[in-house]
Amino acid sequence: MAARVQAFTRRLLSGDEVTRFIVTLAGLAILTVTAALVFELWSNSNLAREKFGWGFLTGSTWDPNAGEFGALPFIVGTATTSLISLVIAVPAGVGAAIFLAELAPRRVSDALTFCIELLAAVPSVVYGLLGVFVLVPIMKSVVEPPLRAVLGWTPLFSGPFYGVSVLTAGVVLAVMILPFIVSVSRQVLIAVPVEQREAALALGATRWETTWRVVLPFAKRGIYGSIFLALARALGETMAVTMVIGNSTQLKASLFAPGYSIAAVIANEFTEATDDLYLHALIQLGLVLFAVTIIINGLARLLVAGTTRRSDAVA
Amino acid sequence: MLGATGICAAGIASVLLFILGYLVINGASSLSLSFFTQLPAPVGELGGGMANAIVGSGKILGLAVLFGVPIGFLGGVYLAEYASPVGAFVVRYVTDLLNGVPSIVIGIFAYSLIVLNAKHFSAFAGGVALGIMMIPISVRSTEEFLRAVPNGLREAALALGAPKWRVLATVVVPAARDGIVTGILLNLARVAGETAPLLFTAFSNRYWSSGIDQPTASLPVMIYTYAISPYEDWHRQAWAAAFVLLMLVLGMNIISKVVLMRSPLRGGR
Repeated sequence: MAARVQAFTRRLLSGDEVTRFIVTLAGLAILTVTAALVFELWSNSNLAREKFGWGFLTGSTWDPNAGEFGALPFIVGTATTSLISLVIAVPAGVGAAIFLAELAPRRVSDALTFCIELLAAVPSVVYGLLGVFVLVPIMKSVVEPPLRAVLGWTPLFSGPFYGVSVLTAGVVLAVMILPFIVSVSRQVLIAVPVEQREAALALGATRWETTWRVVLPFAKRGIYGSIFLALARALGETMAVTMVIGNSTQLKASLFAPGYSIAAVIANEFTEATDDLYLHALIQLGLVLFAVTIIINGLARLLVAGTTRRSDAVA
Repeated sequence: MLGATGICAAGIASVLLFILGYLVINGASSLSLSFFTQLPAPVGELGGGMANAIVGSGKILGLAVLFGVPIGFLGGVYLAEYASPVGAFVVRYVTDLLNGVPSIVIGIFAYSLIVLNAKHFSAFAGGVALGIMMIPISVRSTEEFLRAVPNGLREAALALGAPKWRVLATVVVPAARDGIVTGILLNLARVAGETAPLLFTAFSNRYWSSGIDQPTASLPVMIYTYAISPYEDWHRQAWAAAFVLLMLVLGMNIISKVVLMRSPLRGGR
């Protein structure tokens, strides 16, 4: 005991205990900030919870003047745009990752990856700007006519098209999440042990069969992880979606119709919220978004962490 | 089939080239000296610039660094050098959680924490919002680069009789300095383009704002407001602002990635 006290005093006098105290304080500060975030979101949305309960999530009317707040149009909009972005970005992104990890020479692969990762650095509002002035005209003249000609008979691709729509927002999101899918999937594929490939090739499999039957199944978990990471980002993405989704609270089946997303309605209406209930309803939407992204992110990290650890063990 | 994967890669790379090319052509041609030196012109008048938004962005980012980097750096030192296994697990887990929070939700937090109490928008609130966003990545990059410092260095210094804090301050942190600084630069580049958390914290301003206690214009918010406005001349200025912002962000990214590649300690990202 006396020895421990003496050791402690020595550390205290030499300044070590002070340093420990300071850095531990920083660690605690991080915990406090996060706890405060959850607390503020929760306590500043209680009016909406008291009034609507779980019905908040299923109500389809959003009418601030009448004091009626239902989140369904935004939840549907967020889900649909994210789904569209995944449908486009997953095949393209995983395909590109396979090329970068399996086929391309190391130098080409590194250079292309560098470029693709730069895409992730482009600010969201710049994507929105390009969406409004470049993508919307392209959607009108190039994408919509053939889609309507082939799939126009389904409710998904019917009705008038103004350029701003759920579909347009999905396409912008797809471009924004591609870098994540490519970069994480590539890392996971590179981590697949060479022996796996050699074994398959030695059995007479072609390059493609090796990739498709051996490498991809081995890397499956990590690739799912990259997709979840991308999904979490797509769900919370605000500016680019706000600028091209059309901002309409009407629920429509058609992807050509304008819609709304959770993040977009917060961005648009937050400064206009005049009464407390309105503000609380918007913060409640933020809470919903927070909960969903936390869950998806958690799943993603579990999957990615699992693969790297396993491939480390094998290598 | 394998060839098709090459097409995917080429396609994605060409999207980047297209975006860059389009922004350079459209943005650079809209850029003029007045963009950097003048205030926004009144609605309906041509010309004007975004001098106040450039200064405002700098101010907000400066506050973000002051708020986020010290907590992030010290938190990283805690994780790498001092934390008990349980403490490390909890802090690391919560940091990851914070990193996954959508930026608009951080904006709501800063709003209810500061704007609701102060009853007005301010550069300070915007700085706090962006600062919170900087914490997680500062923590993780600091931790990774500190861990990449060889243990031999620590042991050599400890063997000379230096207390742990002196070993950290004079040996370990300087050895990891390049990595930590580039990590912060990358981090800054990420939040420099953030718009959503500023919409209802720093808000915007068509004039100069003095101090940090007033609504303050920033480049990303100006791009947003100008892009959705009905005026042709504002669209032109939005392109110019987007060009300036993108060059800034990509410049910081490229510099820090090149430095990281050359650094003897490659702690990864």
